[in-house]
Amino acid sequence: MNKLNVVGKREPMLDALEKATGRAKFTDDLTLPGMLFGKILRSPHPHAKVLHVDLSGALKVKGVKGAICGKDIPKKKYGIVPMAKDEYALAIDKVRYIGDEVAAVVATSIDAAEEAISRIRVDYEVLPAVFDPLVAMKPGAPVIHEEVPNNISASIRKEFGHVERALSESDFIFEDPFDTQAVNHCPLEPQAAIGMADHSGKVTLWSSTQIPFFLRRNLATTLDIPESKVRIIKPKVGGGFGQKIDLYAKDFCAAFFAIKTKKPVKFVYEREEVFTCTRQRHPMHIQLKTGMKKDGTILAQQFKVVADGGAYNSTAPLMITLACYFIMLPYRLENLLFEGYHVYTNKPVGGAMRGHGIPQVRFAVEAQLDMIAEKMGIDPLELRLKNAFLAGEPHPAKLLVQSCGFSDTLIKAAEGIGWKEKKGKLPFGRGVGLAGASFPSGVSNMSHISSGAVLKIERDGSITLLTGAADIGQGAETVISQIAAEEMGVLLEDIRITAADTEITPLDPGTFGSGVTLRAGNAAKMAAQVAKEKLFEAVAEKLEVDIHQLEARDRRIYLKNQPEKGLSLKEAIKFYQYSDRPMPIIGRGSYLPPAKEPTTLLKEDGNFSPAYSFMTQAAEVEVDTATGKVKVINMVAAHDCGRAINPMLVEGQLEGSVVGGMGQALYEDVRTEKGQVLNPSFLDYGLPTAMEAPSISSVEVETDDPEGPFGAKESGEGTQLAPAPAIINAIYDAIGVRFKSLPVTPDKVLEALSQKEQKKPNTKHQ
Amino acid sequence: MKHILKLHINGEEYEVLTEIHKTLLEVLREDLGLTGTKRGCDLGTCGACTVLIEGRPYLSCLTLAVDVQGKKILTIEGLEKDGELHPLQKAFAEKGAIQCGFCTPGMILTAKAFLEEQPHPSEGEVKKAIAGNLCRCTGYVKIVEAILSVTDRSSEFGVGSSES
Repeated sequence: MNKLNVVGKREPMLDALEKATGRAKFTDDLTLPGMLFGKILRSPHPHAKVLHVDLSGALKVKGVKGAICGKDIPKKKYGIVPMAKDEYALAIDKVRYIGDEVAAVVATSIDAAEEAISRIRVDYEVLPAVFDPLVAMKPGAPVIHEEVPNNISASIRKEFGHVERALSESDFIFEDPFDTQAVNHCPLEPQAAIGMADHSGKVTLWSSTQIPFFLRRNLATTLDIPESKVRIIKPKVGGGFGQKIDLYAKDFCAAFFAIKTKKPVKFVYEREEVFTCTRQRHPMHIQLKTGMKKDGTILAQQFKVVADGGAYNSTAPLMITLACYFIMLPYRLENLLFEGYHVYTNKPVGGAMRGHGIPQVRFAVEAQLDMIAEKMGIDPLELRLKNAFLAGEPHPAKLLVQSCGFSDTLIKAAEGIGWKEKKGKLPFGRGVGLAGASFPSGVSNMSHISSGAVLKIERDGSITLLTGAADIGQGAETVISQIAAEEMGVLLEDIRITAADTEITPLDPGTFGSGVTLRAGNAAKMAAQVAKEKLFEAVAEKLEVDIHQLEARDRRIYLKNQPEKGLSLKEAIKFYQYSDRPMPIIGRGSYLPPAKEPTTLLKEDGNFSPAYSFMTQAAEVEVDTATGKVKVINMVAAHDCGRAINPMLVEGQLEGSVVGGMGQALYEDVRTEKGQVLNPSFLDYGLPTAMEAPSISSVEVETDDPEGPFGAKESGEGTQLAPAPAIINAIYDAIGVRFKSLPVTPDKVLEALSQKEQKKPNTKHQ
Repeated sequence: MKHILKLHINGEEYEVLTEIHKTLLEVLREDLGLTGTKRGCDLGTCGACTVLIEGRPYLSCLTLAVDVQGKKILTIEGLEKDGELHPLQKAFAEKGAIQCGFCTPGMILTAKAFLEEQPHPSEGEVKKAIAGNLCRCTGYVKIVEAILSVTDRSSEFGVGSSES
């Protein structure tokens, strides 16, 4: 009887029918009586001093109930990483990118708010701006934040082993530049918030956030009120992918005006604001040098990375640390020197996006590995297998990797795509490629990473579960409920879960760093264990057995060795109650992952994450050599997520991640000119539609991680690391052209093909 | 200035006193509280606001409410019949075709209109039919599966006509 009963089942999401019927309520679906509507005035300049803001015109518009600018708000900076706060909810002295928030109004209608915004007069002193991070790093460049005179707001220089020596001992050295573009998360639901305040000045905020407890902290800071005066409630959230981690002006303004006007206040971003004024994946310039031994061993890697941060930090220090550490997996690498810089520019702001700093550097590594394999005459799959990190090996960076199915993912992805039959053997224009990666199952956000759960056994045998975890559509509430149900020995339908309300549910870091299942799952499992043991004590007394002989499953508590001897859950609860034991039966779990702060890791060795997932993506592509269009025909996603708590939801994560990664490889690019976003709409941006989506096979590799709840690790973010290099490697196999910058658009393909035709790499045209 | 608009939505007649310039999306969400229809871009580019007008999919953010008076409008709220969910609603839930759910109402309505025209489509035809409905979560795989699963059982559920 050791088989799992609820964990491992393909259960539909608990809220799927609410969403299928239109009953599920997202923030913008909520209306409160007397609610006002807000709008934000944004900077038209990439860099300017704000000399004066005249709100009088706005206040004259009929229906307007308030207007504020930077001088009206507490002078409190915020930032999602506490050590890197550099942003005001509304610009106080300067604007630093086109779209930076300058002023805000609320009115009885959205039309009145828009009219009012157009009547605000701002005097700017336009300043010289800088748009290229390589220029911004140079002496004499315009200074974007006075406290950071060189515009380098976060940097890392970390060495493992001895790179100079290892490079001198290498038989071959490869050095290549790689470049990646800005990618927008594109959650289908635009950011929204509704604030409401009571007479004590306490504010409740419904927000499309993926990180409610951090939002509470940041909102309290920026409003300059105690955390106890802020309650965050997360309604349904229409996707996040990292973009709904930060506090935005809409959160601050909804709360501020709610307190000020004593009315509920709603702010909703337009799609253009989502594209230009939220967050995006950092574009990076990457220089990668790799030293190889003749036998195919990777001896050393040296990185120089310049990330274009845009106007503010957001997650800067964490992003650049992740980029560094996840070069140290999934391959065995004794020697790494990583120099990374997060540089301010007068452009939209970089932030956490699915994979968070790693997709860019992983693209460089995996593309270069294929180049190395070709030069050295080794099969790219063999090269990867030879260097693949194995579970239980001592890790050079002291990462504690307790489970690792990387080699299996390589083998299975290769099998799935037909590597042996196809690699190098398909007709011109068609090719296959693969790429590997690793991702943490949870990252500390340079502050708390603990997760809590409270579980109550009700008199009717149902279970009430409180978790702070934020379901943003990935199915966290379903997965956590499955874990609790399994541990409690009940069915999924017995669980009633309440989540992500900072007043009611226990602390949780939120949906961040792909750690929800492991963290909140473990907390729920612990809470269930505690509650169950209380019940077991009563049952053990009734059955006159030792408590350790008992097991719970299928709404029964029984003897492990004699399953027919036992009580139903309801009988057990009844006996518990009538044997004068205290009701209600409550279990609490507080889980702290065994991992260190990324900032600590920069000073001393240690473990980064409680567990590490591993994955390989394999792609088959077809290149239309007449139009330059690349079509991804087939993708295989082999993923070691420890154990799939819900295989259907894991597949969903992998499939969505693959198509997102394909977008990064081929289509998506937030293009700017002098800081102005040129394509802030779905029409121009290049979000993949169903027409571009390839056929996708998901292969799960189970490794049962000892730290994960029922062995589970992450599946949300890691899969977005390797699709782009797998596709780029497949394009090389198809047409013999190596692309080192993303995205690979048709014009780049045609240009490269014509250069190849002429065999004169340095002449563009005849 | 406000006018009375007469709208036929989900089998019911509504008289709505509202501004004449309002889009159908605004009237549905703001005047009638039918928030199942989602606002994803307000530019006709994402498909989240799709509703059916006389059985055909329309982007309600690009449709003026005044222009569709007297026409039969179906939103996601009207898809359930006599307490029974539409097969597409069930299939989307069961097949894991719903993650965040923001694109779901528009996606389901687009699929419904499409299947009524083409009850036995190929996978490629399904993909083409939903190409105007964006989804960032699913990679479309399970959405296409869910739609195709309904076509397999179309006679059982009475979806669409028997003609192709």
